[in-house]
Amino acid sequence: MAASADADFKTRLQNWIPKLVLSPSLAMMLVFVYGFILFSVYLSFTDSRILPSFGWVGWENYDKLWRLSHWETSLINMGIFASLYIVICTCIGLGLAIFLDQKIRGEGLLRPIYLYPMALSFIVTGTAWKWFLDPGIGLENVMHTWGWTSFEFDWIKNRDYAIYTVVLAAVWQTSGFVMAMFLAGLRGIDNEILRAAQMDGASNWNLYRRIIIPQLRPAFLSAFVILSHLAIKTFDLVIALTGGGPGRATELPATFMYSYTFTRNQMGIGAASATIMLMTIAAIMIPYLYAELREKR
Amino acid sequence: MSQATQDTAIRTGRVTRTLIYLVLLLFGLFYLLPLYVMLVNSVKPLEEITGGGMMNLPQVFTIEPWLKAWSSAQIGVDPTGLKPYFWNSIKMVVPAVIVSTILGALNGYVLTKWRFKYDTILFGLMLFACFIPFQIVLIPMARMLGIIGLAGTTWGLALVHVVYGIGFTTLYFRNYYAVFPTELIRAAQIDGAGFFQIFWRILLPSSGPIAVVSIIWQFTNIWNDFLFGASFADANSQPMTVALNNLVQSSTGVKEYNVHFAGAILAAMPTLLVYIVAGRYFVRGLMAGSVKG
Amino acid sequence: MGFLDIDNATKSYGAVEVLHKVDISVQEGEFLVLVGPSGCGKSTLLNMIAGLEEITSGEIRIKDQVMNGVHPSNRNIAMVFQSYALYPNMTVGQNITFGLEMHGVPKPEREKAMQEVAKLLQIEQLLDRKPGQLSGGQRQRVAMGRALVRNPDVFLFDEPLSNLDAKLRVDMRTEIKKLHQNLGTTIVYVTHDQIEAMTLSSRIAVMNGGYVQQLGAPQEIYDTPANIFVATFMGSPAMNVVPAKVTVLNGRPHAEVAVHDGSMAQLPFSQDNLAAWDGREILLGIRPETITDLDGADRKSSNIAQMANRIVVTEPAGSDTFVSMQLGGRDVIARMRSDAEVAPGQDFNFAVNMEKAVAFDPESEMRILP
Repeated sequence: MAASADADFKTRLQNWIPKLVLSPSLAMMLVFVYGFILFSVYLSFTDSRILPSFGWVGWENYDKLWRLSHWETSLINMGIFASLYIVICTCIGLGLAIFLDQKIRGEGLLRPIYLYPMALSFIVTGTAWKWFLDPGIGLENVMHTWGWTSFEFDWIKNRDYAIYTVVLAAVWQTSGFVMAMFLAGLRGIDNEILRAAQMDGASNWNLYRRIIIPQLRPAFLSAFVILSHLAIKTFDLVIALTGGGPGRATELPATFMYSYTFTRNQMGIGAASATIMLMTIAAIMIPYLYAELREKR
Repeated sequence: MSQATQDTAIRTGRVTRTLIYLVLLLFGLFYLLPLYVMLVNSVKPLEEITGGGMMNLPQVFTIEPWLKAWSSAQIGVDPTGLKPYFWNSIKMVVPAVIVSTILGALNGYVLTKWRFKYDTILFGLMLFACFIPFQIVLIPMARMLGIIGLAGTTWGLALVHVVYGIGFTTLYFRNYYAVFPTELIRAAQIDGAGFFQIFWRILLPSSGPIAVVSIIWQFTNIWNDFLFGASFADANSQPMTVALNNLVQSSTGVKEYNVHFAGAILAAMPTLLVYIVAGRYFVRGLMAGSVKG
Repeated sequence: MGFLDIDNATKSYGAVEVLHKVDISVQEGEFLVLVGPSGCGKSTLLNMIAGLEEITSGEIRIKDQVMNGVHPSNRNIAMVFQSYALYPNMTVGQNITFGLEMHGVPKPEREKAMQEVAKLLQIEQLLDRKPGQLSGGQRQRVAMGRALVRNPDVFLFDEPLSNLDAKLRVDMRTEIKKLHQNLGTTIVYVTHDQIEAMTLSSRIAVMNGGYVQQLGAPQEIYDTPANIFVATFMGSPAMNVVPAKVTVLNGRPHAEVAVHDGSMAQLPFSQDNLAAWDGREILLGIRPETITDLDGADRKSSNIAQMANRIVVTEPAGSDTFVSMQLGGRDVIARMRSDAEVAPGQDFNFAVNMEKAVAFDPESEMRILP
């Protein structure tokens, strides 16, 4: 209801109260999100080092950034990490959801077991896996004391393989959550359609391949969006699990930005890397949000 | 997600079922493994771990590591244990959860029941704010906290979490209120109830399920946050996650794995408890709110 | 000046006008029904009277007070909603008295008013229950109680019966009518159900596409619909509308209509004013109940025409038997006594009560006769 000129006091009051109530959140969002984004993007074009400074340097930070092998490493790692993380989480999540949907006894017990890692901090997850995978005291050592002396599992200390331990821990943490998303989708499918397909002679395999999984499209989409944004934001897990090492072998853009900004005092370059991260997420999120909101109107 | 009584049209053979159970159990073990490792090793003397017994049950049971992690372990420069940081986290989480949930509820109410021009665009802007990589706001936020005098304080951290939590709480309440019958609001308007009376008397009493979702979500996210804590807190206002990381990463002295594990469980305890007590309502509330997914 | 005046009320959303200059004046104690298909603007109009939607231009007055911009709670109106809109967290008693509470009525008075209303609607035993524990009919009563307790100038009903099952709907319909007769209140009632409109109203406004197509007493609307839309919307089964040609035979205009085999039936009109249409096409409107067997024809009618035609389908419905045939190239339904002897495929001699026939201009679709 828009205010009309001759409205009585109560009507006019009721017309501006909602906007007033919304305004603190809006103001915070405009300043702390969009204002800050502009500020950071601006900084990425300045000669800021330890503190923000406003000397305009154009694309220089971006030029430098793209020539840094360090940044290149973090991007390659991101590519490996994100693709494996998304694919594995989706496969495990979908598989477990389908299996759990077979009238499983003890579903009430298994579901929370699959889900609980989601409640943990990445720092806790990182700590647990860090020591479990540590060749000195963890799995390798255990195998040796159990008599399998040739067993070797030192990925976490190995430059070529350390990134895969990050994938392992991240999959452990989120795949249960993805399972819940798919399970909700499966439970939402009309059983009559499945019966009709069975009447048509579809085998279980075909039932899933042709009827059920195609209907899970929205769940796939949500899973992809959530996982990809989590992947790009991954920071704490690396800090706790490998600290970005060995060397820089598990550096990701998020840790790159943090170390360049706060420990190497290259704020301009840090801001430039943050801007690139934002653009990547925006490229995924904006079309998704646009479609979602348009549909709901 | 209802009980296992849910009717499924799929029929499976005996061999298939056995395989399915096997896979499900194996994954159950996979998810439980780190928890098991943390638990058993947090009650062992250090020698048992370094001696290669990480997977074994403790031969000597001790709660010494827990006590040490809680009250005397070296965190940064002081041997304070995790205790003060635990309280820092509480002092940060509680106000942040309350404020962001209340604001989210009010925003959701306005955005669904008092719609105005461009409200969807505003909501879209709020929603996008949930997904930004926080690296993009770190630098200006640090400046801003300094300007308003909240740098290095728990209140400052709470403020940061309110700001970046509103998008999610608004999303939850908006989706929940969107399916709340608008006729009820209209009836209350005709009955003479105003904006806040409608919210308080009509909407809030029915908001239990989504409030649970919002509170659990915010609580876990804020408690588990590391980036903001590491960026904006000083030594006295660090939250639990940052302190735990300092404990584990400290390069001085012997690595006391048992203390690290005990500390990790301490840091995980509040969210695990919330999950165990209210996880069911979380999932149920999510479904009731018809959150897509 | 009426009790409730809707004066050139227009509603637009942006550039789209959804309600076009509606002009209705309702007298005190009148029962006005707004009827039309979904999207015709009837609910929008009701919400504008309630103050839930702003009026774009024009005026709405209650007791000569201009209501534009007045908050819903200050209009002294009450509304019964389609979903009943009972507050789920409050008991029946709290639901009924919430409005009084909001208007600052002291508790003892609220209690008294609540008891009176509960007695009137026979829901005294339900006062402490929550809406979730009530049946559909009981919720309906509570919703009416909530409206009654305010003692408003105007009652607004927004499709209040559409969520009830068929039997209950008939019962509640009677109940609402009784209530209106006993209390003499002014009611504006929205429905898409033309039977509700016919049975309840003292006047009906038939709406379509944001226009009031016709405003009048129920019988007037039924017998002399203003146009094809009103003719086919009001009445069940709908009025048969078939193309026909006017021919003047022996000084009397007839409708010439093709029967099943293409031969022409001549049906004489009761009135002469179609003479000017000699040789032109019209649309002839015949209600199903005016096509019968010869024995079942209305004895009071002075103009029963006979027509031979072939029966296509018969549908016995207990009290009546519906017979369909081809007329003017369209499917036409006749409503007969249940003991009329009819069978599919039979060539039958129908009686058509042409006193009740209506004619429309095929171009404008407006009624030209009677």
